[in-house]
Amino acid sequence: MLADKDRIFTNLYGHQSPGIDAAMKRGDWDGTKELIEKGRDWIISEMKESGLRGRGGAGFPTGLKWSFMPKESDGRPSYLVVNADEGEPGTCKDRDLMRHDPHKLIEGCLVAGFAMNAVAAYIYIRGEFYREAEALESAVEEARAKGFLGENACGTGYSFDVHVHKGAGAYICGEETALIESLEGKKGQPRLKPPFPANVGVWGCPTTVNNVESIAVAPTILRRGAAWFSGLGRPNNTGTKVFCISGHVNNPCNVEEEMGIPLKELIEKHAGGVRGGWDNLLAVIPGGSSVPVLPKSICDDVLMDFDSLRDVQSGLGTAAVIVMDKSTDIVKAIARLSEFYKHESCGQCTPCREGTGWMWRVMERLVTGEADKSEIDMLLEVTKQVEGHTICALGDAAAWPIQGLMRHFRHEVEARIDAYHAKAAE
Amino acid sequence: MPTLTIDGTEVTVEPGTTVLQACEEVGVEVPRFCYHERLSIAGNCRMCLVDMEKSPKPIASCAMPAGDGMVIHTNTERVKKAREGVMEFLLINHPLDCPICDQGGECDLQDQAMAFGRGHNRFDENKRAVEDKEMGPLISTTMTRCIHCMRCVRFSEEVAGVPDMGALYRGENMQITTYLEKTLDSEMSGNVVDLCPVGALTSKPYAFTARSWELKHTETIDVMDALGSNIRVDTRGAAVMRILPRLHEEINEEWISDKTRYVFDGLKSRRLDTPYVRKSKKLKDASWGEAFKAIKTRLKGVKGTEIAAIVGDQADMESMTALKDLLGTLGSKRIECRQDGSAVEAGVRSGYIMNNGIMGVEDADYLLMVGVNPRLEAPSLNVRIRKAVRHSGLKVGNIGNAEDLTYKVAEFGDDASLLNAVLDGSHEAADGLKKAERPMILVGQSALGSDDGSAVLKATRDIADKYCMRDGWNGFNMLHNAAARVGGLDLGLTTDAGVDGILDDAEAGKLKIVFLLGADEVDTTALKDTTVIYIGTHGDEGVKNADVILPASAYTEKSGTYANTEGRFQRTSKAAFAPGEAREDWTIFRALSDVLGDTLPYDNLGQLRARIAKDVANFDDIDVLHPAEWGEFGVKGKISSGGIAPAIDNFYHTNPIARASQIMSDCIDARGGLVEEATGTHG
Repeated sequence: MLADKDRIFTNLYGHQSPGIDAAMKRGDWDGTKELIEKGRDWIISEMKESGLRGRGGAGFPTGLKWSFMPKESDGRPSYLVVNADEGEPGTCKDRDLMRHDPHKLIEGCLVAGFAMNAVAAYIYIRGEFYREAEALESAVEEARAKGFLGENACGTGYSFDVHVHKGAGAYICGEETALIESLEGKKGQPRLKPPFPANVGVWGCPTTVNNVESIAVAPTILRRGAAWFSGLGRPNNTGTKVFCISGHVNNPCNVEEEMGIPLKELIEKHAGGVRGGWDNLLAVIPGGSSVPVLPKSICDDVLMDFDSLRDVQSGLGTAAVIVMDKSTDIVKAIARLSEFYKHESCGQCTPCREGTGWMWRVMERLVTGEADKSEIDMLLEVTKQVEGHTICALGDAAAWPIQGLMRHFRHEVEARIDAYHAKAAE
Repeated sequence: MPTLTIDGTEVTVEPGTTVLQACEEVGVEVPRFCYHERLSIAGNCRMCLVDMEKSPKPIASCAMPAGDGMVIHTNTERVKKAREGVMEFLLINHPLDCPICDQGGECDLQDQAMAFGRGHNRFDENKRAVEDKEMGPLISTTMTRCIHCMRCVRFSEEVAGVPDMGALYRGENMQITTYLEKTLDSEMSGNVVDLCPVGALTSKPYAFTARSWELKHTETIDVMDALGSNIRVDTRGAAVMRILPRLHEEINEEWISDKTRYVFDGLKSRRLDTPYVRKSKKLKDASWGEAFKAIKTRLKGVKGTEIAAIVGDQADMESMTALKDLLGTLGSKRIECRQDGSAVEAGVRSGYIMNNGIMGVEDADYLLMVGVNPRLEAPSLNVRIRKAVRHSGLKVGNIGNAEDLTYKVAEFGDDASLLNAVLDGSHEAADGLKKAERPMILVGQSALGSDDGSAVLKATRDIADKYCMRDGWNGFNMLHNAAARVGGLDLGLTTDAGVDGILDDAEAGKLKIVFLLGADEVDTTALKDTTVIYIGTHGDEGVKNADVILPASAYTEKSGTYANTEGRFQRTSKAAFAPGEAREDWTIFRALSDVLGDTLPYDNLGQLRARIAKDVANFDDIDVLHPAEWGEFGVKGKISSGGIAPAIDNFYHTNPIARASQIMSDCIDARGGLVEEATGTHG
């Protein structure tokens, strides 16, 4: 269990003020100037050594991502874009970070922006997060008033500003290139890659898009050192992570924990355990709605980090742990996710536009059992036809929950079909 | 230059080439729907997925730049599966109403489903239905068939320059529509029908009239404007069913204007299908013999100086030559091709053609337009200018009416006397031309139409001479509105006092006989008391005061040579027979000369063309541009400071065929705001 001294987000629960004075007492904006004066290369190499992997879901090494940005400008400015369009069902970590600890993010923007030679940061925040946007805006104001942002930020001679931009709540706008399109005022549809944002991003300029948490942890990592951060967790899965535990637990919560904590320990220690006890557990979606579901047998001893969850054919994703006890209709639950992905498909490319609707309709029939058993394999084939064939990862996200369901709960689906036909035969 | 391996074949391609283009270079076919070489890359249909070694997922070949050392496979099991998958997705919500779909037989979806599809259906759910959208009189929509490739949206935004099309909603509910379901505000809108790979957007006038495999295709040339766009005329029996563009990189790429595409119903209505002779003030139908006899009678005792001829905007060079020769046998040389009264001169060829060619627009970096509206006068040229403005940074300045040309234009006002300031270097356009590496001046007919036309011509010549000459580059360019004009000028069909002189002399009784060869843009009331012999296709302005009418062939019904505004010779082909008694124009003059007793010395088209080739250089060099020598033209004089009148008020009604077309009239109604006031023939 993570020791209090190793916690980064010390105001995750809002027990203290989110304002700048309280934040500074918690250690934010402490020696920011000195961090910046150590230079770009130092920041990036420190981030690389910390082993921080992106907290938005894909887990791409953050320091490496920053190093893709051009060292010298070719005349175009560079931008940092913070992805605060937290829309993955089950995920609610960024919301609390921004509401209660906005200065961690603002300071992170400055440090990260400096490391990638950006002229400004845009925080693209989900439109529904109205209070959080207010909190960010007032934090930006406070930082500007203190001289931490703007011309000669923190007295370093480096000029940098942070802008907060509200989205309109489309899930697809959390995909980095769709987010860029939306930020530019266009319909939120993912772009083709290449070119990658580090080359052609927002307004055609080099851009890095990072998750809120990835940016917010950066100042603390730099202050406490890469060795401290990489000493937590397991190799290649270092540091701390904010987990969002929801569903059939006694005490749903956000909690910062060490990477690699056993799932069972996470749920029992922080969320008050599964409703009705661990044995009442049916399944867990360990990383937000898009990753495949895990049955209890795997949940018993799986560790919560990127590699361990990948080894059991699921993923850490955003570390949004959705717990389902035995009262859950697992088929219906996954069907509901299919509906979500059908609803949120942008419609740009064929497999996702057509496939999500098809998958959802078949799933709806599987809920009642009004189907043929051969349709299970057909459905799986359709998920394979979508997966990996789309412009963005939303196609994969729509396919995985169904694949997870069939991998672990196929017997349940088949039983339902049998029951339906038995009843129909009566 | 990257070298990559495609299915085991190594190929080196230009930097910036996509994998799909590289595949085409080695002859490997990659199926695609959304990709179109003249539009931006969308990468959304996912049909062109191929395998790239070291890539965990198949890649969209249309969007992936070819890189050095790439190893591409297009024939693996994974690629086959991916294509089958995409094909299946495209078909699950496609209505499969091929038997009642106009695209049937020439449908990309049909063809590729046959080639790459699975051949059976696993989709048990209800299919999506989408409400059809109203897109005006030219485009018929069946939106349920749409596969969301966005070609039409990209075309209207990028090529046509009217951002009227777009997609509403998202996911499987996405729908293509025009803004508020109004007609596309473009003269190029019909091209979306060609671009649509399925039957979602089809041609409304052609709807349910024919199947593609029943049609005879004839490759020919368009005469609606002076570009000579390459077209294919599809006929069934004697009827022209539709007109499609043909690829010609140097002229129209693969676009044609709505007038070119949809004018075909004008070929069927108000046609002259038998000779007529005026007897006791009324036109009566007659046989060819009677008509010729009537002409012979009226010619009796008439002197050569009392005979004149005006040729129309769509006459081919063969007809014009035969008429010229016929007039010669009658002792007259008074034959005029400048129906609109333009001051353009025959003689120095570089003074009346587009010396840089249409392609030159793409090389140019500064373009000064003088009294020209390319959007209405030559829509395909306008598209080319827009392309140059967007892609190669062409700057455009305009002395003339400020119109929405779909690209940024520096408007200098419509005062022709500004040319003086350009010439003496005090106007900013002079700087633009001077500093440019490839400067162009584009002169339109409306600038040359007033009394000071010759002075304007001289001024533009001098401006070109002073600023627009570079090594191997003559930046003087003229845009004509009439397909016949350059050919007429090549044949020297100009007279001292022009059309007005002929009309004045006729009114004054100095002319006894006037031949009108399809000349419908002149006001013939002046010819009331003159014997008018009209040779043409339609019952339009020219027949109003005609005494003998000889029915002739339209451009789809004969093989004729036209010189386009670049001076490029091209030939039409006979796609259909002319209606009734109508004959090819030159044969009419040949037969008439026989009756009149001085037979023209050619019995077939070959002999006639050989005759023309003696007078006109490079006449047989079809589709080849030859540089024209620079010289003196125009007359120095005062340019009045009045505004330049637009050459075309009504894009859809510029010639007799278009005026006979119901579709063109429907377009006028649909687009509103276009005044029903054509080209000076309405009094």
